[in-house]
Amino acid sequence: MEKQKKALAVLAEFKDPADLIHAAEKVNEAGYKAFDCHSPFPIHGMDDAMGEKRSPLGWIVGTVAFTAFIGMMAFQGWTSAIDYPLVLSGKPLFSYQTFGVASWAVMVLSSAITAVVAMLALNGLPRLHHPLFYSDNFSKFSDDGFFVSIEARDPLFHKEKTQQFLESIGGTNIELLEE
Amino acid sequence: MNFDSSQYRFTQAGSIGKISMIVGIVMLAVSAFGYVTDSKQFFEAYLIGYIFWLSLALGGLFFTLINHLFGSEWNIVMRRISEALMQTFPLLAVLFIPLLFGMHDLYHWTHEDVVATDKVLLAKSGYLNTSFFTIRIVIYFALWIFMSRVMYRMSLKQDREPSEELIMSMRRLSAPFMIIFALSSTFASFDILMSLEPHWYSTIYGVYFFGGNFLAVITFTILFANFLRKKGILENIITVEHYQDLGKLLFAFLVFWGYIGFSQYFLMWYANIPEETIYYVERWEGDWKIITMLLVLGHFLLPFLAILPRMAKRNVTWLSVVALWVLVMHFFDLYWLTAPTFYAGETSFPWMIFSVLIGVGGLFLWNFWSTFTSNPIVPANDRRFEASVHFKNV
Repeated sequence: MEKQKKALAVLAEFKDPADLIHAAEKVNEAGYKAFDCHSPFPIHGMDDAMGEKRSPLGWIVGTVAFTAFIGMMAFQGWTSAIDYPLVLSGKPLFSYQTFGVASWAVMVLSSAITAVVAMLALNGLPRLHHPLFYSDNFSKFSDDGFFVSIEARDPLFHKEKTQQFLESIGGTNIELLEE
Repeated sequence: MNFDSSQYRFTQAGSIGKISMIVGIVMLAVSAFGYVTDSKQFFEAYLIGYIFWLSLALGGLFFTLINHLFGSEWNIVMRRISEALMQTFPLLAVLFIPLLFGMHDLYHWTHEDVVATDKVLLAKSGYLNTSFFTIRIVIYFALWIFMSRVMYRMSLKQDREPSEELIMSMRRLSAPFMIIFALSSTFASFDILMSLEPHWYSTIYGVYFFGGNFLAVITFTILFANFLRKKGILENIITVEHYQDLGKLLFAFLVFWGYIGFSQYFLMWYANIPEETIYYVERWEGDWKIITMLLVLGHFLLPFLAILPRMAKRNVTWLSVVALWVLVMHFFDLYWLTAPTFYAGETSFPWMIFSVLIGVGGLFLWNFWSTFTSNPIVPANDRRFEASVHFKNV
């Protein structure tokens, strides 16, 4: 007997960017969360149509930047005023003017690294494979195809009903992707 | 005040212009009374009050040029505001005349007996002398009036006969104008402000002055656009997206101002050469320390944190509060640049500073308002106007 296949995602193709935006709105309204839209180029207004929230990236970077600045000030203060007091060109031991420059540089560097790493982490990257790659039709997404995919991990996901739903909002070439 | 929203024109400008002109004349007359009682104090106060409005006009010129140069779309709906600001140069040129009469009271290097015995000032006397100073001031104003006239005329021509070439020629002209602006405003800041302390010098002074001027024009644009919005004018033309971009520029140039200010301070603090550090010693003595700290916190740190989050830039009321605060701080910045020379050791706010500030301001705003209301208040025939209205931040 053949093993029961596990459904991974449903994929539907749409005609053009306008259709895709329209479809994104419908899918969002229907309450799906684990869905995504795929197009060869960025489409203005897609974030709103999909109901995407603002990325928390700014707050993550901001926190790291603030911590790095304060941390570097404290570190330099500790090394030059407490651990190994050293008079340089007759300036006070705790010369925040000088410390500010290095603290600022470390703040910028750590923010930049945090921004890249946190962006990748929030995007779920790096990722070597994705169920959507099982579809041959999907390769059009980088050329002239506009797709909506709904993943099986969505609580509303249902093998048949989700396919019917995508068809009802104008999707074509509907595929169920299985393991 | 009546506004025709289909033509983007004021059919009747209302009493705002008249009121501010009357206030301006009255306050200048009151200031003139101060001249009779204490002429030295009058000229000092006049310089402090006057330079604030000059900085705003210079900011307007720069903002107009930079947006043509970049071909920026978002700013087109606000272009007439900065254009009207730079039309005040002829008025400001006339209002500069009292300062020419007050040179002897303001500038140490005009005293020939002092210069004769001062080696440094003697060496600088080829540049710092009364006649060359006057000639330079005339040249600056001539250049500013010329550039602002040309740019404004082309912009108005666009309303009648819009063309692609006009957009291109405005952009092409902005490039040389920008160089002229950079040099003239830098040297003007050297002459009018930095030469108050003729022994001291800083090569970054002009950049610092420019940073403040740009903040002035951004904050003024935010406040004025919000004023129009409250009156129901352009409320759907200048949208929250434009305010957010103004907020971003405000934020960026707060950092710029802080960066330039710190760079100047840091190098002088580190090198510790008395002829340079004297500038900061003067600004750290007595209660001048309070003004200095007020600038560090109020001109940089507080507004920096206040408009750091995206939501803060998109809240027009909050942004306007911050803008007003920064504009007031900009005045204190100019006060900090000039006044320590006059009031060594202790801060002083003679009433004449305020009467001149309001007096020149009244005439300035009257001039601004009448220019602004006598033409369409947006360049609606610019090909990119629609794009500017519907501009959205990513």
